[in-house]
Amino acid sequence: MSGTHQATYLGMPAFPRAADASTRNTQLRANLRHATHTIRAKRATAVAELDDWSRLRAAGAAIKDRTLRHLDHYLERLESAVTAAGGHVHWAADADEANRIVTELVRATGEREVVKVKSMATQEIGLNGALATAGITAYETDLAELIVQLGDDLPSHILVPAIHRNRGEIRDIFTEKMSQWGRPAPPGLTDAPADLAEAARLHLREKFLNAKVGISGANFMVAETGTLVVVESEGNGRMCLTLPETLISVVGIEKVVPTFQDLEVFLQLLPRSSTAERMNPYTSTWTGTTDADGPRAFHLVLLDNGRTDTLADTVGRQALRCIRCSACLNVCPVYERAGGHAYGSAYPGPIGAILTPQLRGTQSELDASLPYASSLCGACYEVCPVAIDIPEILVHLRERVVEGGPVSVRGTRAVIKPAKGHAAERAAMRAARWALDHPRLLRTGQRLASRTRRFHPRRLPGPGRAWSDTRELPRVPEESFRDWWQRTGGGSRTEGRKKTT
Amino acid sequence: MTPPDPGSPNPGAPGSGARSGPSTRNSRALVMARIRRALADVPRAETPGEVPVERTYHRVHGDRTPAGTADLLAENLADYRAIVHRTDAPSSLPALIARLLADRGATSVAVPPGLPDRWLSAVPDAVRRVPDTAELTPHDLDAVSSVVTGCAVAIAETGTVVLDAAPDQGRRRITLVPDHHICVIRVPDQVVGSVPEALDRLDPARPLTWISGPSATSDIELDRVEGVHGPRTLEVILTGAESAGRS
Repeated sequence: MSGTHQATYLGMPAFPRAADASTRNTQLRANLRHATHTIRAKRATAVAELDDWSRLRAAGAAIKDRTLRHLDHYLERLESAVTAAGGHVHWAADADEANRIVTELVRATGEREVVKVKSMATQEIGLNGALATAGITAYETDLAELIVQLGDDLPSHILVPAIHRNRGEIRDIFTEKMSQWGRPAPPGLTDAPADLAEAARLHLREKFLNAKVGISGANFMVAETGTLVVVESEGNGRMCLTLPETLISVVGIEKVVPTFQDLEVFLQLLPRSSTAERMNPYTSTWTGTTDADGPRAFHLVLLDNGRTDTLADTVGRQALRCIRCSACLNVCPVYERAGGHAYGSAYPGPIGAILTPQLRGTQSELDASLPYASSLCGACYEVCPVAIDIPEILVHLRERVVEGGPVSVRGTRAVIKPAKGHAAERAAMRAARWALDHPRLLRTGQRLASRTRRFHPRRLPGPGRAWSDTRELPRVPEESFRDWWQRTGGGSRTEGRKKTT
Repeated sequence: MTPPDPGSPNPGAPGSGARSGPSTRNSRALVMARIRRALADVPRAETPGEVPVERTYHRVHGDRTPAGTADLLAENLADYRAIVHRTDAPSSLPALIARLLADRGATSVAVPPGLPDRWLSAVPDAVRRVPDTAELTPHDLDAVSSVVTGCAVAIAETGTVVLDAAPDQGRRRITLVPDHHICVIRVPDQVVGSVPEALDRLDPARPLTWISGPSATSDIELDRVEGVHGPRTLEVILTGAESAGRS
């Protein structure tokens, strides 16, 4: 079994280098272009069916803001409601602690195998790897997660982790790898999506029927009632949530919403934004445990892992509204070309570019590069169902990377230094400010530049080379604007003969 | 540059067994303290209710008669590949259920404890009735052809039926493992227009399963394909109100 080998994002290069490689992968670009363009038009249609979309969106943002501003209050309510309904609540300050808690809970059952519902939180903390180290095999049951797991690959999309794979590649992975994990793929498997889905059904059925422990995340947790919600399509979620004897849910603390009624907003916003459906095929809700129906033991692991640091930033805080719909990925021109792996975390695309540097900090080269993985076109903000102003946070984080400043690191106030890599940028901006403050000096410099224009290189030397590798340097005009204005009175006088050099 | 975390959680196991151990109890206090520090900008006197949430969105989209709402439900169910049957005369319901099971070639049917006896009265005895009991294992259910249930509420705008594990629907597993689900909706009293109207009728303390068409996936090239782990055939019967009686 290859279950002990775990792919990892650790040690991945900064976004520009990773994207430089991935954008040359024509198969990847074709797969991503096909998938994202398919969903874009459908999402627009699904959203257009509701003439109150902008009001739902505003309400969704407001409910999340209310929750975040009083997160301690709502988490306390949630904890008592879950406990009153027969569940157990655990708190994990970071990924290691969450992994330890889950590992211990599984060990206590005596089981060595668990079935998993697709969950961003468990991807984020690397739970499968931690369980494998403890000798516990986690079977991913979402079709795309299964493709990623069998292919010893990394997720590249929030909703469809195997979006970078086309049907032919999926057929090859199933044919080659299913036998190492359990029931082999049917002989002569074709690449028709229906046949691939059937192969996954057969492969996983035995695992569902025998499963004693299920692990999930949750899309929402209702503070007033202690209800958890999982939104899915395939039925693998229902299998994992109802057939095992023990259910362990690992959920970020920001997933709480105040009331059961609040779900009326999110259950309209989420399916239309993510899979472009009026409603996803299956939504399960459960409150603690129910006699003789579903798991007898329910554990909720509440995860911080950088969320409170994100909460401490009054600009960046809004990223915690995210309901993981992935609409921002599907419209992003940068994501479409670079692919999800280049973002180096479980959260790719525009939301990843603002969430990862806040959850993990901007100390690593990769994380410091993420706020720049955007053209600031704003398409992500347009489609975001909870109105996260992603461009605003991107600019805010760029400023943090370049200028440094106060941040929260694991709950403690700290001051980060300006990033070294941006010293040239800061020096250039200082020089520009000085030159612009000295008009005579600026004029002399511009004239000098005009007179020497024939000697200007087409490429910048030294550190500037990378920038000019993919760009044409603008040609310096033979006369500066200021000189032209003075000579012609802003164009009101007939243009005289220009001086030539 | 990065100060050590003063409240780093204790290394080691989070307590023995399933209960919250001392480590998580410390972590609870730690996370709560971090949240309160992070929210230093929120005025101490502010209550959650003071953060404005404007619910100006519609309770229901469009203005329809009860018949129009039922039509929309049927249309949206069918749009997501549920097979929709309508029988305005409640007396024809047993014959219809019997025919659907026969067409499917069902040899056994899972029966919730509170399903009206009349619903299966036309189904031949040769079709084995499998009562929904606590002893019924997932493996047992995997050998069952079909399941027949009622529902708690149905939502027209989204083409959704909601099950709440009431006696005419049974445990969640019986509508999950068999590959063929027949779900009966009483029209008009179980049909609502919208998601907000449905939530008003539902009890969060009960385990809820919202079903919109048969099992499906969008995981291959972001295109929808029906039929993965849940029942691959969902048949929905919209029937007149007179058949409402529960046994």
